[in-house]
Amino acid sequence: MSIFIDQSTRLLVQGVTGRDGSFHTRQMIGYGTKVVAGVTPGKGGELFEGVVPVYDTVADAVRETQPNAAVIYVPAAAAVSAIFEAADAGLGLIVCITEGIPVLDMTRVTPFLHERGARLIGPNCPGLISPGKCKIGIIPGNICKPGRIGVVSRSGTLTYEIIHQLSGHDFGQSTCVGIGGDPIVGTSFIQCLSAFQADAETDAVVLIGEIGGTDEQQAAEFVQRAMTKPVVGFIAGQTAPPGRRMGHAGAIVSGAEGTAAEKMAALERAGVGVMQRPADVVPLLKERL
Amino acid sequence: MNLHEYQARELLQRYGISFPPAEVAATPDEARAIAQRLGKGGAGRVVVKAQVHAGGRGKAGGVTLANSPAEAAEHAARILGLTIRGLAVRKVLVAAAVDIASESYLGVIVDRAAQRPVLMVSPAGGVDIEEVAARSPEQIHRLGVDPRYGLLAHQAIALGFRLYRDVTQVRAAADVMQRLYAAFYGVGASLAEINPLATTPAGRLVALDAKIVIDDSELGRRPEIAALRDLSTEAPAEERARAAGLSFIKLNGSVGCCVNGAGLAMATMDLVKLYGGAPANFLDIGGSSNPEKVVAALEIITGDAAVKAILFNIFGGITRCDDVANGIVQATTQLSLKVPLVIRLTGTNEAEAVEILTRAGFSALTDMDEAVQRAVALAAGRP
Repeated sequence: MSIFIDQSTRLLVQGVTGRDGSFHTRQMIGYGTKVVAGVTPGKGGELFEGVVPVYDTVADAVRETQPNAAVIYVPAAAAVSAIFEAADAGLGLIVCITEGIPVLDMTRVTPFLHERGARLIGPNCPGLISPGKCKIGIIPGNICKPGRIGVVSRSGTLTYEIIHQLSGHDFGQSTCVGIGGDPIVGTSFIQCLSAFQADAETDAVVLIGEIGGTDEQQAAEFVQRAMTKPVVGFIAGQTAPPGRRMGHAGAIVSGAEGTAAEKMAALERAGVGVMQRPADVVPLLKERL
Repeated sequence: MNLHEYQARELLQRYGISFPPAEVAATPDEARAIAQRLGKGGAGRVVVKAQVHAGGRGKAGGVTLANSPAEAAEHAARILGLTIRGLAVRKVLVAAAVDIASESYLGVIVDRAAQRPVLMVSPAGGVDIEEVAARSPEQIHRLGVDPRYGLLAHQAIALGFRLYRDVTQVRAAADVMQRLYAAFYGVGASLAEINPLATTPAGRLVALDAKIVIDDSELGRRPEIAALRDLSTEAPAEERARAAGLSFIKLNGSVGCCVNGAGLAMATMDLVKLYGGAPANFLDIGGSSNPEKVVAALEIITGDAAVKAILFNIFGGITRCDDVANGIVQATTQLSLKVPLVIRLTGTNEAEAVEILTRAGFSALTDMDEAVQRAVALAAGRP
């Protein structure tokens, strides 16, 4: 097994003919993901790469090709509309790669998704991958290995760094999820931890957090209360100055809230093995497995 | 993006919130003239307030009461020479002084965990709300707002009763709350606050200070708000970086960092510190691998005289290592580097990158820890 995606995932790509969308759709197809449809308004009837049918609307694509997941590679100005459209068409999993969606727009998106029972991953995220089975988003497939470690992260390249450490020491991954670096994201650490806890093919979880907000503190509380599988964690931003956004819109220490020290302490109190550096992930996992 | 007080009060006035009359001055003479104008028909007392993006202006001596136009000029002369938390004061707001009987706090932020805007009010106004939250959290009343309906009248009135007993004041405060929420939503803010909302001895409510922070992601669709950016409040290198599409924050260390991805950039800075060094900056060159961005990044980093070594940490995914390598070679031919360069890259097209760098006389590492340790040692003058 794995969480959220596997061989049965049938993917629709919103923004399939764009610069990023076309590049990553080729990568996903190359990895073995079943891409069943693409959507670009005005390009309905075309075939992407001669194989993937393109539709004008998500509703048309859903009717014709029965996808069960969507990925969004459209610019920030149109990305919110793309999320609404995917949820309205009944898709249960929506992955939004796009960075730069206004936070107030996200406050309107999330109740809409809850009402329809849809799960959003992101925005401003690298997507997710169940190695050997399915990849949605932009995580490089070649650094991942199939295995039994779950990875959940607010970051992109830092996640690759840690996956690279894991794969280099024969710790393959069940699923790696990038939940996104924005202040409001569709899927929290807790929701991923809970899914990994329930997944029979995951033995341990690596959690990669950063400054800003309290999602890691809530995750720590969840680990203590509800998890039997070992968790190791990393928090980026110990040297970040307060009040400044560190690249990600959500990575900001506001007042006394959201510091790396506070998050690391919360994780440690919950029994999570806290890394000082990315290379610590392997020894900490070995201690616990 | 932070707005100045005078910009925030102008926006809130457009939403129907009333403030005492005030104007902005950049010189003591302007401050004197404004005080004279505001004094006609009043007591002539004004408050002179530093316009900087820093909390604690009052404690730093940046807010002073003046009893006459001459005093306003004196205070303005002093305040315009102040530096508050590293930021030079270039403008002051000269506002008609108001007698205050009591002070409340009104603020709207986005609650990340609840994923909705939240209105916060407190009868303990006039001080930093974080101090109130730390000292007497029971004095802060919070209400989550459903963004689909906005702040409803009965919700605002219920909060108003937490602040006032007199029903006229309750209704007046509720009206200000609804206007503040409308402004928060209307301008794309991540924070909008009125602190204090003062009650005059006659019982009238008047807003005396305002703060608005705009969500950077809103600026693209709100050019009129984006135009309010005050470039003089930013480090020049940060302004150059934004123009080049780089995410850059200047720090005070000696190890210049150039990294792809914000999380990895933070982790790299943290590792520099763990190995005994100090990062000179946060810099994310982003997901694209445009060689020009690498050139711009190196220009910005080398412009900081405190930098004694430069560390590249690239994990190639979407970013291709060979593109970064080409950028480094291009940049080092254009700029004459006076400090050592440590390059770590791994991932997409790593072999091609190593070849490009080796041909240009650089060596490349693949291990992040080793690269950081070497950069820290070089910055400290150790070989």
